[in-house]
Amino acid sequence: MKIIVCIGSSCHIKGSRQVVEKLQCLIAENNLSDKIELSGTFCLGKCQQGVCVTVDDKFFSVAPETVDEFFKDEILAKA
Amino acid sequence: MRKFDTKVQYLKYKVIREVAKEAWNDTLLENILEIPGTIIPGKTPTMRCCVYKERAILSERIKIAMGGNKDNPNVIEVIDIACDECPAAGYEVTDSCRGCLAHRCESVCKCGAISFDHNHTAHIDKSKCVECGRCAKVCPYYAIVNRKRPCQNACKIKAITINEDNAAAIDNNKCIACGACVYQCPFGAIMDKSYILDVINLIKKSENNQNYKVYAMVAPSISSQFTYAKLGQVIKGLKELGFYTVIEAALGADMVAKKESKELSEKGFLTSSCCPAFVSYVRSEFPDLVQYISHNPSPMATLARYIKDTDPSSKVVFIGPCTAKKAEAQLEDVKPYVDVVMTFEELQALYDSRDIDITKLEEDVLDNASYFGRIFARSGGLSDAVAQGLKEQNIDFDLKAIPCDGIEECKIALLKKRKNVLDANFIEGMACVGGCIGGAGCLTHGEKNKTEVDKYGKEALEKTIQDAVSVLK
Repeated sequence: MKIIVCIGSSCHIKGSRQVVEKLQCLIAENNLSDKIELSGTFCLGKCQQGVCVTVDDKFFSVAPETVDEFFKDEILAKA
Repeated sequence: MRKFDTKVQYLKYKVIREVAKEAWNDTLLENILEIPGTIIPGKTPTMRCCVYKERAILSERIKIAMGGNKDNPNVIEVIDIACDECPAAGYEVTDSCRGCLAHRCESVCKCGAISFDHNHTAHIDKSKCVECGRCAKVCPYYAIVNRKRPCQNACKIKAITINEDNAAAIDNNKCIACGACVYQCPFGAIMDKSYILDVINLIKKSENNQNYKVYAMVAPSISSQFTYAKLGQVIKGLKELGFYTVIEAALGADMVAKKESKELSEKGFLTSSCCPAFVSYVRSEFPDLVQYISHNPSPMATLARYIKDTDPSSKVVFIGPCTAKKAEAQLEDVKPYVDVVMTFEELQALYDSRDIDITKLEEDVLDNASYFGRIFARSGGLSDAVAQGLKEQNIDFDLKAIPCDGIEECKIALLKKRKNVLDANFIEGMACVGGCIGGAGCLTHGEKNKTEVDKYGKEALEKTIQDAVSVLK
């Protein structure tokens, strides 16, 4: 599973660092490091909907507050 | 609204703007011969002896705006016919010498080059004079002047000579492409080659970033530029031009600061590698010290490499204050990552070639780097960042940095290091006085620029290097 988080300016201001950090933590906690590849990109072209995240090319809008929920529904459930 | 420091810059800008206009419309080859007449209309000369010479020089400027002489590897080029062949006599005593009694000029001259005639008027023996300028400084009548050519005066590493036709000539083996002569020549006879046609080509062929994405990477000194508009508008303008997105080169600086502080603690002594003109200077004049140059690529190259790793088909255009970056981008180990380099001067021309008035645009955002990455733009910033890098990584190393402000200070530090008398373990080498904000490709240079950079640094969302780079894999 490949998760890409936008770290471009607009998403960065909306908290992409917090999103990345939380995801890193959650991946480690759930022992999913070998199943999930987490990486960054500089713009996904949907700045209004940031923080932009894609999971295997499927688009999600995530905020630092919604990372846990997003992880449970979209990652944990499917990993 | 002051867009440029000098009329030379303004003229260069007009040439690049017109070339760009035609290039966007695919009409450059068709209309190229019309450009000199468009920029210099009528019959009355305003710059030279006649409009025909003005237009002939302008044609040379057009060539340089289109990439210049391909046979000349240097990114800095002399336009022979534009060189006004300034007097190059060095220090001379003028009529203002009153034949005084004090003879301060004589006392201060360490070379015994000053003598006096029967009227007590001073004379300088050229065979003895080393052009130190002390006599000129002490004369209470300011009677001694330096008639050195402005280009030679600007070139502190002495890469400019005078050729058989009495025009300036650049020694490519010495030239570090810093652009000091480009900015200082009052006749605009030295120019940096422009690669805007490559930029336009990249943007056009991307077809709205569908075929590949064109990233603009902007140097942190942009905070001191385009001051007639908001930084957010400058960013929006880049997107209007057709760039996919804009990223701060300062993030590359954060990456460098982290690695460089570690490298320094391991090796015990380093010189920085951020400024390509400084690196080129060490390579040509201090080959024995090359071993101490940090192995880190510059922030530009580091971040461009990261971008190409995450998006292999992408194109990266670096936009900064620097002419030497144009040379850096041609180096074998940088070429794969940086597609084109352009200056702030050229960016202004590009905006206007598409009639983009950035002051009318909404504000976009730019925030990728930390305070420390951003202050790389001014002298001392890199040293501060390395100190911070050591602190953040809990590395116990007693940093003694020497920030060298301008190539002359770099030379002194390097000479001292060569003789093992340098009381420092880190040389921050910046070829331009003030750091990158003093770069030749800046639109304007001023007292406030440093303050602007610091202000911009403080506005960064991330306060530490680690926080800025933590999002990178």
